[in-house]
Amino acid sequence: MARITFIQPDGTENTVEAEPGMTVMEAAVKNSVRGIAAECGGACSCATCHVYVEDDWRQATGEPEAMEEDMLDFAFDVRPESRLSCQIKVTSELDGLRVRIPEKQF
Amino acid sequence: MSVDVIKTDAVIIGAGPVGLFAVFELGLLDVKAHVIDILDRPGGQCAELYPEKPIYDIPALPVVTGQELTDQLMEQIAPFGAELHFNERVESIQRTEDGFRLETDAGTPFECKVIVIAAGGGSFTPKRPPLPGIEDYENTSVFYSVRKMDAFRDRDVLIVGGGDSALDWTLNLQPVAKSLTLLHRRSEFRAAPASVQKMMDLVDSGNISFKLGQVATLHGDNGRLTGVTVKGPDGTTFEQPTEVMLPFFGLTMKLGPVANWGLNLEENLIPVDTEKFETSEKGIFAIGDINTYPGKLKLILSGFHEAALMAQAAHRIIYPDKKLIFQYTTSSSNLQKKLGVK
Ligand SMILES: Cc1cc2nc3c(=O)[nH]c(=O)nc-3n(C[C@H](O)[C@H](O)[C@H](O)COP(=O)(O)OP(=O)(O)OC[C@H]3O[C@@H](n4cnc5c(N)ncnc54)[C@H](O)[C@@H]3O)c2cc1C
Ligand code: FES
Repeated sequence: MARITFIQPDGTENTVEAEPGMTVMEAAVKNSVRGIAAECGGACSCATCHVYVEDDWRQATGEPEAMEEDMLDFAFDVRPESRLSCQIKVTSELDGLRVRIPEKQF
Repeated sequence: MSVDVIKTDAVIIGAGPVGLFAVFELGLLDVKAHVIDILDRPGGQCAELYPEKPIYDIPALPVVTGQELTDQLMEQIAPFGAELHFNERVESIQRTEDGFRLETDAGTPFECKVIVIAAGGGSFTPKRPPLPGIEDYENTSVFYSVRKMDAFRDRDVLIVGGGDSALDWTLNLQPVAKSLTLLHRRSEFRAAPASVQKMMDLVDSGNISFKLGQVATLHGDNGRLTGVTVKGPDGTTFEQPTEVMLPFFGLTMKLGPVANWGLNLEENLIPVDTEKFETSEKGIFAIGDINTYPGKLKLILSGFHEAALMAQAAHRIIYPDKKLIFQYTTSSSNLQKKLGVK
C-alpha cells in the first residue's frame, strides 16, 4: 500500500491509498480525484492526466520516457517537474508521494 | 447555389469501429448507408487514440491493434460500397415528411429514412489551450485548423506545437505568410523526420524562425491579436509580436452538435432501449459508446451487438412490408451474394 497526495490548484489535498502495480492516474480516477481527466484511459495518448511532481519526489518517480516526453507536448504549461500520471507506476517506495494537479488539463 | 442532396436509406454519424460495423449489419439487410466523420480517416478512438495498442477482447481475435481492427473492418464492409465522408461534422438533423435531413459543417445535405448515431465520446476536436481570453480571438486571430491558406497571406503567423500538424503547417504556410515563427517547448519534435529536416533548413536559410517556449499570455483587443508573452525554458519570459496564432495540441473528444439534436440525454449519453437501440426519437438510433442503458459496457463488442439489433429495426422502417427472415452468413446464398463471395 502506498499513500499518494493530490494537491488541487486551490491548495486542497486528497490523500488516497494505492496498490503497488497500479498507476498514479488509476489511483486518482478510482478515488474520483478532481482534475485528472485521463481521457485515453492510460494509453499515454491524451496528456489529460498531467501532474507536477513535488521536488522531494522527483528522484523517486524518475524521468519521463521518450513516448511520455512526446505526449507532454500536448499538455499545457509543461514544467521540468511535469509527468503524465498514467506513466508513474505505484511502488512501495512511492508511499507518501505528493503531486500537484495543474490549473487545467486542456 | 443549390448543392445536390445525397439521398440514402441510412446515415451513420461516426466512423469508429461501431459505425463501421453498422454498415455491415445494415448492408446484409439491404439498407444502404453513408458514413460521416469529422476525422480524416476511419477508426474513431481505435485509430486516433491507440492505433498501435493491442486489444485482447474482440471475440476470436486473441490480439489485434486499434489500427488492425479498423483495417479489417474496412475490408469486411467493402462489399457494401458505403460512401465514407471524412473531415465533415454533422451539425443539424431535421425531421422531414418521410424521414430526416442532415447537414454537415461543410454544407453537404443528406436525406435519409434512418439515422444511426455512432458518435462515441463525441466528435474529435482540436484542444484549446486554457489561456485566459483565448475565445475572444478564435476565428479572427487564433485558428485550430487551416481551411484556406489564403487567409494567412502576408500576415505574421505564430505556430505553436511540435507534432506533425505544427510542422506540416509551418512548411505549407511559410511561402504565403509575411513572417512565420514556430514555437515549441523543446528542441525535439514528434513529427516525420523529413518535415523536421525541411523546417530546420528554413530556419537555417532565415525564412522562418524557431523559438523555444510556451505561450503564457495573449495580448490584443477586439479579437485582434497583437502578440503573446512566451515563457522560455529557463523560466524567463519574452514578447513575441504576431497577428495570428495556430496552436496544435492534439485532439480531444467533445460531445459537440449531438447535444443540439433534441434528443434526451443523460450525462452526455443518449438513452436507448435494448431491443432496437432507438433514441427518444423514432427512426434515430444510437449505438456504441454514445448510448446508455441499464448494464451498458463501453466495449467494442457491445457496440457490435447493438449494431446487429439496430439493423433489424432499421430494416422494418425502410421496408415496412417486407418480412425479415433470419439467416446465417454461413449458409444463406442470398447473404453470400451480397458479400460478393458467391
Ligand atoms: C486507450 C483505449 C483503450 C481501449 N481498449 C479497449 C479494449 O481493449 N476493448 C474494447 O472493447 N474497447 C476498448 N476501448 C474502448 C473502445 O475504443 C470504444 O468502445 C470504441 O472506440 C467505441 O466505438 P464507437 O464507434 O462507438 O465510437 P468512437 O470510436 O468514439 O468513434 C466515434 C466517431 O464519431 C465521430 N463523431 C462524433 N460526433 C460526430 C459528428 N457530429 N459528426 C461527425 N463525426 C462525429 C468522432 O469523430 C469519432 O471518430 C478503449 C478505448 C481507449 C481510449
Ligand atoms: S491517461 Fe491519457 S496520457 Fe495519461
